[in-house]
Amino acid sequence: MTEVKQLVKGLADQYGRNEECLLPILQGIVTSEQHISEDAMVEVARELNISAAQVYGTATFYSFLHTKPLGKYVIRVCKTITCMMHGKNQIIKELESLLKVNLGETTHDGKFTLMETNCLGQCHKGPAMLINDKPYTDLTPEKVREIVMMYRNKELRSN
Amino acid sequence: MAEKINLKIDNIAVNIDEGSTILEAARKINIRIPTLCHHEDLCVAGNCRVCMVEQVDSDRLLPSCAMPVSEGMEILTNSLKVRSARKQVVELLVSEHRADCTRCYKNGKCELQELSSEYIVGENGFIDLVPLKNYSIDNFSPSIIKDDSKCIRCQRCVRTCNQLQNIGALSVAYKGEHMKVSSFYEKPMYEVVCTNCGQCINRCPTGALTEKTYFDEVWSALNSEKKHVVVQTAPAVRIALGEALGMPAGEIVTGKLVSALRRLGFNSVLDTDFTADLTIIEEGNELLQRLKKALVDGDTSVKLPMTTSCSPGWVKFIEHAFPEYLENVSTAKSPQQMFGALAKTFYAKKIGVEPENMVSISVMPCTAKKYEADRPEMRSSGYKDVDYVLTTRELALMIKQAGIDFASLPDDEYDSIMGESSGAAVIFGATGGVMEAALRTAYEVVTGREVPFENLNITPVRGMEDVKEATIKIENVLPEWSFLEGAELKTCVAHGLSNAKKVMEAVKAGTAEYHFIEIMACPGGCLGGGGQPIPTSPAIRKKRSEAIYREDALKPIRKSHENPEVVHIYEEFLKEPLGKKSHELLHTHYTERNRY
Amino acid sequence: MKKKHLQRLDLIFKNEHDIEAILEKTLKRGNDEIINDLISSGLKGRGGAGFPTGLKWKLASEEQTDEKYVICNADEGEPGTFKDREILQSVPHKVLSGMAVCARIIGAKKGYIYLRGEYLFLKPQLLEVIDEFHSTLDKMGLDFRVEIFLGSGAYICGEESALFESMEGKRGEPRNKPPFPTVQGYKSKPTVINNVETLAHTYSIFKYGPDKFKDLGIQDSRGSKVFSVSGDTPIPGIYELEFGMSVQRFVDDFGDGDAKAVQVGGASGFCVPRKRFDKTVIGYQGKLRGTSLPTGGSMMIFNSSRSMYNVLHNYLDFFVEESCGQCTPCRVGTQQLLLGIEAVKKGDQPSSYLDRLMDLAEGMRVTAKCGLGQSVANSFSSIVENFKEEMIY
Repeated sequence: MTEVKQLVKGLADQYGRNEECLLPILQGIVTSEQHISEDAMVEVARELNISAAQVYGTATFYSFLHTKPLGKYVIRVCKTITCMMHGKNQIIKELESLLKVNLGETTHDGKFTLMETNCLGQCHKGPAMLINDKPYTDLTPEKVREIVMMYRNKELRSN
Repeated sequence: MAEKINLKIDNIAVNIDEGSTILEAARKINIRIPTLCHHEDLCVAGNCRVCMVEQVDSDRLLPSCAMPVSEGMEILTNSLKVRSARKQVVELLVSEHRADCTRCYKNGKCELQELSSEYIVGENGFIDLVPLKNYSIDNFSPSIIKDDSKCIRCQRCVRTCNQLQNIGALSVAYKGEHMKVSSFYEKPMYEVVCTNCGQCINRCPTGALTEKTYFDEVWSALNSEKKHVVVQTAPAVRIALGEALGMPAGEIVTGKLVSALRRLGFNSVLDTDFTADLTIIEEGNELLQRLKKALVDGDTSVKLPMTTSCSPGWVKFIEHAFPEYLENVSTAKSPQQMFGALAKTFYAKKIGVEPENMVSISVMPCTAKKYEADRPEMRSSGYKDVDYVLTTRELALMIKQAGIDFASLPDDEYDSIMGESSGAAVIFGATGGVMEAALRTAYEVVTGREVPFENLNITPVRGMEDVKEATIKIENVLPEWSFLEGAELKTCVAHGLSNAKKVMEAVKAGTAEYHFIEIMACPGGCLGGGGQPIPTSPAIRKKRSEAIYREDALKPIRKSHENPEVVHIYEEFLKEPLGKKSHELLHTHYTERNRY
Repeated sequence: MKKKHLQRLDLIFKNEHDIEAILEKTLKRGNDEIINDLISSGLKGRGGAGFPTGLKWKLASEEQTDEKYVICNADEGEPGTFKDREILQSVPHKVLSGMAVCARIIGAKKGYIYLRGEYLFLKPQLLEVIDEFHSTLDKMGLDFRVEIFLGSGAYICGEESALFESMEGKRGEPRNKPPFPTVQGYKSKPTVINNVETLAHTYSIFKYGPDKFKDLGIQDSRGSKVFSVSGDTPIPGIYELEFGMSVQRFVDDFGDGDAKAVQVGGASGFCVPRKRFDKTVIGYQGKLRGTSLPTGGSMMIFNSSRSMYNVLHNYLDFFVEESCGQCTPCRVGTQQLLLGIEAVKKGDQPSSYLDRLMDLAEGMRVTAKCGLGQSVANSFSSIVENFKEEMIY
């Protein structure tokens, strides 16, 4: 059994095989792979006995369920009005130059993907961002540098 | 009985069953409310917002297709508010639709175009969104062209593919501005589980889904002096072609069809019905042989139930969805492909034409037939057995292009050899027809007597019920069929692929014991095929079906095995059913395909 | 520091230690009694739509079926709203006890918290609280279990029927209504779906009785409301205030002295310009129609340094992305509004095109399928009407 088959089967065993389990299973795939590949979708369709097109249709509806490969750490900077008013663009610029990528891109080492997202519900502490599921608020360019440094160090240590 | 509800629409009192929609109530009193996402064959979507009506003393407008009536309701369908809202919705749809109507295959037959002209959309339109989108056309399939730039996201096709047909080739993907109708991973239609049934085309209000056309190729063949162009016409074409040429549904136009084809310049005007009769002989014998092997020889490798194989949408469906049952499908080719194989062998020799100089055309109620003709295994003659497949719609267009006044054409008759047919062949066009035709022949082969139904009309397998079952008791058989004495032949008929799926799942679960199953991919059978005139509805299909059974009743020969040309071809060429020649030309095999 | 007009209340966030006892006491009362209390308290849905909570529970309780659901809507996605996150973080027990009482009344055995994907970080802590809560329920003999269902980044799933679709593994596309959730909700079963804050309020009503709640607020808007305050304010944050305050009073307390507009209710809410600060109160429309603004609690303050064109552009960008896309007015209308204001700004369309866009927005209000498409007109019309020159120059 391929790795992705194993993963999807495991998730289906855990959550179940009816349609109500589709979102939790897709979320589970994203948690371990960062994105849902074509093979993974076919496996989900097989396990849940639904069409692959339906899996694709559902997955593409949700901003957090990516169908293209992403980095290990997905940085989502809030672009909604109050974060924008408090300097979101500066934060993006800082991240772009730190990571040497443009918005929407993944670093060459596959570690970081930089994207924007809609309101994170941290408007009183903007600008805000999520790195995977962890929120960071009251961002400044300096703070962003520290945060990225921290993740980079964490990666160095784990290698 | 349902409770009755009283309401007023445009000040006219209506009394209608509880649970009805405002739209249904309005139609009852002949008030037309425009619709786009609504379709009689499909569940309610309520997403196009064209059918909005006003409820007196309420701010918001109501979608009449989705809103149930309630007691005392007062509805306005033509208020200022309604008209401006409708116009706005049409304008919005036009702004995201590539409106190059003069270049569109659906020009004059597009529901959005009709509404735009009704509401005079054009001046002061919204900003054209089409150039801002990255639209692409998928024309890789031999059957279906999908042009996203013309899609208005009504989702009729998605509901057709998923609910009516339960195929799951189309889905809605993404959201907001990027929302679109998509296949799995936006792959071309020919790479996914699409069966080419074309039911989505029948229900697309615009030109976003159309068949791939081949009439240009056919015209150039007709205009080439070197080519001998042979045409065959499927059973369901003759009872629907008239609709596309201004005649009411349910007209039988066989004679005019033949006349028109001659006028268009086809050298031989022949009939798929001839090979429909032949199919019955081959398929019927295959069934009897399978039964014999299973019952007498105790051969456990024989697969039962046997299913029909004439519907290419069904064949592709089972190749994708139930590949473990491919050996249950009759190996007999469809009538179209039997015809093609014989045309470039037997017939070519008969009329003294070199097969390479023959162009073999079929006119079909079907879009999947285009794919079927393209299958690599369909070259038994050494050439492509059927070169081009035209839909009923394409033929209607050619007749118009040729300036033929179809309604005033005299009746004409098919050319001889491969032009004769029985009533049994005619009913191939309706759900249950193949079963009835097969039973008329098989029963007689086994017992020497006609099927015990009045006027040969096997009514239990007729009609539009989702799944029909019939058990035929076989008694007093001829000596060579003694193993069938007292046997009950269990048959099942399903039309529409969602019903097909139900039947196959029952077979798989072991809850249904059948010997023979007829499956047609399209609702109503071929008469409701994806290549038939648009629109389609239960009422239209019913009329077509009545016409088919009328045509059957009028035929002097009602049983396939009594078709003299069929008898003759066995004597002269094929020798015996399931014989060597038959296997070369008339039988095929199937391929397992990707499940998702 | 200048004197504050508005008194901060402490009903929701007060750390109570008797939640178990109140729950036990409440569960001993009759269903009708509890529903009557809720109805007479005047509590309305705090997600923004304002449906009377007691009535919702009553309707669901009248449905004759064994399978029913209670869902807590924690898909807080409205720009400028963050109160539900805070409530779930600091007083989740109140929310859970509201769900449990509702479950007993309507006869549900299963409840869900639909938590937006952006709040995934709350999940571990919430799960602990839920576990603990389950043992409390066991002690009280109430057969009810709560699970967390996680969203995955789709604003529209805050719309209740879209939320059900999402939970059923589908695209979060709003359904036609009727049928309403109390008749056919999650899995087509009768369902009560309440906002996080609404459920938290029920605890206060169970504890203090309906009068204490009803004594707060005005006319059709009773009780307190949790506000999410952001934008140009020196004191952004979460504040529980009495319903019915005027925008002027709010700006006096929270503004930076230079407020030119307040957006009440997020991107789908209304923009109140300075000249209308004192004429506008915060609360559900009713007798105060026209001058009263309903809200899920988002209050964004803009000072005179802000371009209202940018504000509107940001909102429209948001809607263009977050519309589910199924209905024409919302899918195409939002794109047209966005492109339209850009075209006017660039001079590609005359300023009169703004009138056409206003017509479009108002058309969307009456033709769109769900609250998202219908409410785009709120911010669009109120911003364009009041800041027309900023749209053009």
